[in-house]
Amino acid sequence: MRHVVSILVENEAGALSRISGLFSARGYNIESLTVAPTEDASMSRMTVVTSGSDEVIEQITKQLNKLVEVVKVVDLSEAEHIERELMLIKVRAGTKEREDMKRMADIFRGRVVDVSDNTYTIELTGHGAKLDAFIQALDQSAILETVRTGASGIGRGNRILKV
Amino acid sequence: MDRIKTEELSGAEIVVRCLQAEGVEYVFGYPGGAVLWIYDELFKQDKVRHVLVRHEQGAAHAADAYSRSSEKVGVCLVTSGPGLTNAVTGIATAYMDSIPMVIISGQVPTHAIGEDAFQECDAVGITRPCVKHNFLVKDIRDLAVTMKKAFHIATTGRPGPVLVDIPKDITAQRHEFLYPDSVTMRSYNPVTKGHAGQIKKAVALLQEAKRPMVYAGGGVILSNASAQLRELVKAMGFPCTNTLMGLGGYPGTDAQFLGMLGMHGTYEANMAMQHCDVLIAIGARFDDRVIGDPKHFAQNLRKIIHIDIDPSSISKRVKVDVPIVGNIPDVLKEILKQVDVQKADQPALKAWWKQIDEWRGKDCLKYDRKSKIIKPQYVLEKLYEITGGDAIITSDVGQHQMWAAQFYKFDQPRRWINSGGLGTMGFGLPAAMGAQLANPGATVACVTGESSIQMCLQELSTCKQYRIPVKIINLNNRYMGMVRQWQQFFHGNRYSESYMDALPDFVKLAEGYGHSGLLIDKPEDVEPALRETFKRKKDLVFLDFLTDQTENVYPMIPGGKGITEMILSEEL
Ligand SMILES: Cc1ncc(C[n+]2csc(CCOP(=O)(O)OP(=O)(O)O)c2C)c(N)n1
Repeated sequence: MRHVVSILVENEAGALSRISGLFSARGYNIESLTVAPTEDASMSRMTVVTSGSDEVIEQITKQLNKLVEVVKVVDLSEAEHIERELMLIKVRAGTKEREDMKRMADIFRGRVVDVSDNTYTIELTGHGAKLDAFIQALDQSAILETVRTGASGIGRGNRILKV
Repeated sequence: MDRIKTEELSGAEIVVRCLQAEGVEYVFGYPGGAVLWIYDELFKQDKVRHVLVRHEQGAAHAADAYSRSSEKVGVCLVTSGPGLTNAVTGIATAYMDSIPMVIISGQVPTHAIGEDAFQECDAVGITRPCVKHNFLVKDIRDLAVTMKKAFHIATTGRPGPVLVDIPKDITAQRHEFLYPDSVTMRSYNPVTKGHAGQIKKAVALLQEAKRPMVYAGGGVILSNASAQLRELVKAMGFPCTNTLMGLGGYPGTDAQFLGMLGMHGTYEANMAMQHCDVLIAIGARFDDRVIGDPKHFAQNLRKIIHIDIDPSSISKRVKVDVPIVGNIPDVLKEILKQVDVQKADQPALKAWWKQIDEWRGKDCLKYDRKSKIIKPQYVLEKLYEITGGDAIITSDVGQHQMWAAQFYKFDQPRRWINSGGLGTMGFGLPAAMGAQLANPGATVACVTGESSIQMCLQELSTCKQYRIPVKIINLNNRYMGMVRQWQQFFHGNRYSESYMDALPDFVKLAEGYGHSGLLIDKPEDVEPALRETFKRKKDLVFLDFLTDQTENVYPMIPGGKGITEMILSEEL
């Protein structure tokens, strides 16, 4: 099963490699990993999307908690949560394709953020599945470049991960 | 707030002052460019004594055993690059067995980091997977507090080695010195108190048990819980087994002790593990060398209570019914307070003991006592007798280690010092040095094999320099015996590269280092040789016993098999 694990970690050099090292050393999957400082600059918030049986996920959270720099760990998938990912995608958009491309971006609520003679760069946010769907919907030969951030997650309602 | 401005010290002085403040008696180390300022400061004082090893692996093992054999923290000091990489085996050894230890490594100056400078290596990167935590000190203002954190982290929660990597320029800079009494870290707060509800459940299970079993590991030793363990086992009248790491946690000579369990454990201990209805695991982790195949283990239904300080040890390989995360002595005290001994099911217990005694009747550790060739088991029995069961025994890795674990009965914790987790050959001799320095009056013997001893042999020189009078019991079978045994059982007797050819004359070798040595090749000479040797309190004596080349360790659970699928000696 796919799980979204959120981690609050001291914003210290090496913390990221400790966490990614833990995943590789113990053979856990990482589908994506995002990290950036929080409103408190001394702390970073990390979202790891992983997969595994319940036992494996339990071990992952326990092992993460054991790391000295990890402040808190939550498996967001245990309850309602929101997941978002940002994608920037550069597509071929010559005079022929322009209109179609723009329409497609609109349908997916994307925004064209850069334009050249023959390209568009489209910004799209949403659940990973939506980004996948957008890519699927395009003429594959029109895709020049994609870059995705990986998922960030947050609990719904009063579920708060903070010290 | 007024603050008294203290004098400014160099980083190197700060390091040494921190060690003094921690009450560190010994530092095991080896100098080099990056730590010269620290060595300079060690030279100027006499509170912290330095033990110059002959290889940094020895420093790490000695510091590790210094911890294992006492309740103090071993400290080791190495230079950057090769000094650190040489110590890595020792650090990993300590990590696998959760031994508190602080390693200080020198690093190239901060401005040179990342430039492939002479003797630069990424110490924090290399050691990351084999330390509890590590630090690179980039600012002298952080130095003292980092040292404090290192000792704090190493010794609390599930203990482990902590490395502090200090660039050379930091050791030369100056800063005021303030050593904090304590540190708090918002990200590090190990749980100590067991959950009251879980303890209640455990008590109920223990009282209802018809076929109980107590399985205690190294956590009992590390947390100093032997007294409470003994009290519980005695009060309840339960059988008890220890893991390789837990030996001495429960008295080895007690009638309720079933011996060690696991791959080379006793028949009765392994059978009782499989057939019990309530299992209480204390500071143990159900690893592959203990229960073998977890699927086979799960075939028999039983309720499992698991007490450990580390939540990640619980339900890792075996699903547990009552997990209790906490400090073992406290949890056991709480259980003892609540448990009603009167409620134990006496008739059921009686039947269970009858069954266990039947298993014991197999006499699974028997060996040929009439042999004309020295049997290794015989040497260990005599070693036990002659030292009155009172010695600290360190060991290397192989058959001799298993025989020592089977035949030397440890009644006290911290007397059996071996590399259980990593299985590091070369551990024995430097470990004996550390144990002897931590326990100056004690009898210390290193049980080893002719292959293992050659891996850190150079430390004989250290023993000479510091007059460390350990006794070396070399069970010399001219083979990497444990490897040979596996090749005999599982590889069609093809003894690929396991014969130890061109062995040195160990007696001359010991003499060359300024010690004495003795070759023993007849069973009747074993006892007198041991007797004479242990009378010599001040000398290191190297006893080279020529033992049976074909002897195997029994019982044995082949790798990946179930805990009751043991090979017994009579079956061959
Ligand atoms: C550093 C290291 N290398 C290799 C091994 C694999 N190994 C385990 S036991 C053993 C043989 C040990 O031989 P010896 O020290 O003579 O002891 P014996 O088994 O004969 O008692 C070997 C090579 C190991 N445990 N450690």
